[in-house]
Amino acid sequence: MSGLTSALRAHDLHVSLAGQEVLHGVNVSFVAGRWTSIVGPNGAGKSTLLKALAGLLPATGRIFLFDQALMAMGRQQRAQQLSWLGQNETASDDLRVWDVVMLGRMPHQDWLAAPSAHDHAVVETALKATQAWAWRERSLGQLSGGERQRVLLARALAVQAQVLLMDEPLANLDPPHQVDWLEQVRCLTAQNTTVISVLHEVGMALHADDLVVMQAGRIVHQGACADALTHRAVEAVFDKRMAIHSLEGQWVAVPKLPNDRAAP
Amino acid sequence: MTRSRTCAPVGLAFGLLLLCLLGVALGSAVGSTGFESWLNAGQDDVAWQIVWDIRLPRSVGACAAGALLGLAGAVAQGLFRNPLADPYLLGSASGASLGVAMALALLGGHPFATEFLIRLGLTGAAFTGAVLAVLLTLVLARGVQHTLRLLLAGVIVGVVLGALASLITLMRPDVMQGMQGFLLGSTSFIGWTSCLLMLCVLLLCLALAFAFSRVLDALTLGESTAISLGLPLAPVRVALVCVLALATGTAVAQTGLVAFVGLAAPHLVRSVVQSKHNWGVVLSALMGGTLLLAADLLARIAITPQEMPVGVLTAVLGGGYLLWLMYRSQAAGAQS
Repeated sequence: MSGLTSALRAHDLHVSLAGQEVLHGVNVSFVAGRWTSIVGPNGAGKSTLLKALAGLLPATGRIFLFDQALMAMGRQQRAQQLSWLGQNETASDDLRVWDVVMLGRMPHQDWLAAPSAHDHAVVETALKATQAWAWRERSLGQLSGGERQRVLLARALAVQAQVLLMDEPLANLDPPHQVDWLEQVRCLTAQNTTVISVLHEVGMALHADDLVVMQAGRIVHQGACADALTHRAVEAVFDKRMAIHSLEGQWVAVPKLPNDRAAP
Repeated sequence: MTRSRTCAPVGLAFGLLLLCLLGVALGSAVGSTGFESWLNAGQDDVAWQIVWDIRLPRSVGACAAGALLGLAGAVAQGLFRNPLADPYLLGSASGASLGVAMALALLGGHPFATEFLIRLGLTGAAFTGAVLAVLLTLVLARGVQHTLRLLLAGVIVGVVLGALASLITLMRPDVMQGMQGFLLGSTSFIGWTSCLLMLCVLLLCLALAFAFSRVLDALTLGESTAISLGLPLAPVRVALVCVLALATGTAVAQTGLVAFVGLAAPHLVRSVVQSKHNWGVVLSALMGGTLLLAADLLARIAITPQEMPVGVLTAVLGGGYLLWLMYRSQAAGAQS
């Protein structure tokens, strides 16, 4: 089993945004071929950690991608191995869906080269995988929020990187397409791709292999999703206002209403 | 499928190219002496001069200046991910006019002088002014992410630099008339020297913008995504700001402040075809050329025998177009 190689790891990561330290010395390691979800309350630094891991933020500390220092890697080499799907990035409306997804092939293309037949095939596969193939001739502006999200997911898939980082990938997706996304991620990890996602919805995050629990710029727990200790850690960072139960073989998060504070 | 994807831009490019040629041909035939000069150009020396030394460079120059402005507009809108990022709105125009005012005050002469060195000097001054003004706007706006801040900073830089240019003009009455013509924008003084200069810069800027068009495409998905795709964002940004300032500065130095062409051309292109930025910059240049050429023709015949400064005409037409665009997008926003 190659299950224990680390795909991405960070040592003593500090990140400051607008003069304020947001991450206070984070140490974390993500196992290759598994899906890890980062959870925590608002303002815990989840998105900041993900961005720093992708090398998109100035950070002090060390980050290693498959045991290579991330900052020392060539731009293109890094882009081939690490794919990024951001949250709420203003995308202009004019580009055609097909061209948007083709942008994902950029790390594999020379500067002025036309896309190869292989690039076309990969884009087609990615579009079909996210059920966005039917809109390939439309522009982004003609799509709804959820449809647009599926196109952007296809763009991230088209990179065919070994590590895929996603910030709130389920935003705007309706339940059937959330399930599609889960299947997609399972399919990726089956091909030994490492998936790291930030999800604010704990119920969805509990479907991951591993959880990283964050609070106030620090990691308070990292462990398997099925582990009871992980559940307790998640409940703790959310002020015990929610509880994790088992239901038909899945973990579900349910809100915990304050019975003791009910009106007399 | 692949065919339809490239057909529309190619078709539009051919159409616009044809319109440009038609416009230049028409431009060489329209004027105070009418078609006669054109028909007599073979025998009559004066008629030949009118067609070859006045009308033809003027039409070709209008087309080239329009193309530079259209190209600058497409680059600005892609670079700043903002459909309102007209090169003028970022302060480049007032920076260029300040540069020209200073050059005129130092060198003396007329802004539409024909000597090559003076032309080059004025173009250089306009370019430097445009670059510095855009940089000042970017510094004041602390980056390009915040649309409102960017536009406000552009307005502030525009007003302050414009005031400085006015001050120089006031202190040096001999440059007043030249500056007035410059501020209104006019194509009537373009000679072959200016044409040559503009065409060279146009080719250079087109090549650069075309080479960097991938970055503009990637930028539509946001900065983080563009960086994650392995693009050298910082140096390309600098290069594109230079392209933007060079194109605007060159056009402005030859024709004065012709308004709105840079803003309207990319919008018109987008309303006709969907394309990536590689076609987008080429088509916007062609569209800008066609627009200014048409405006130049109109300016010549609108109030005959008088002639209208073309900048006045583009300001009226472009302003109207912008207003319409605003109300249309408001209506679309209300619907969705």
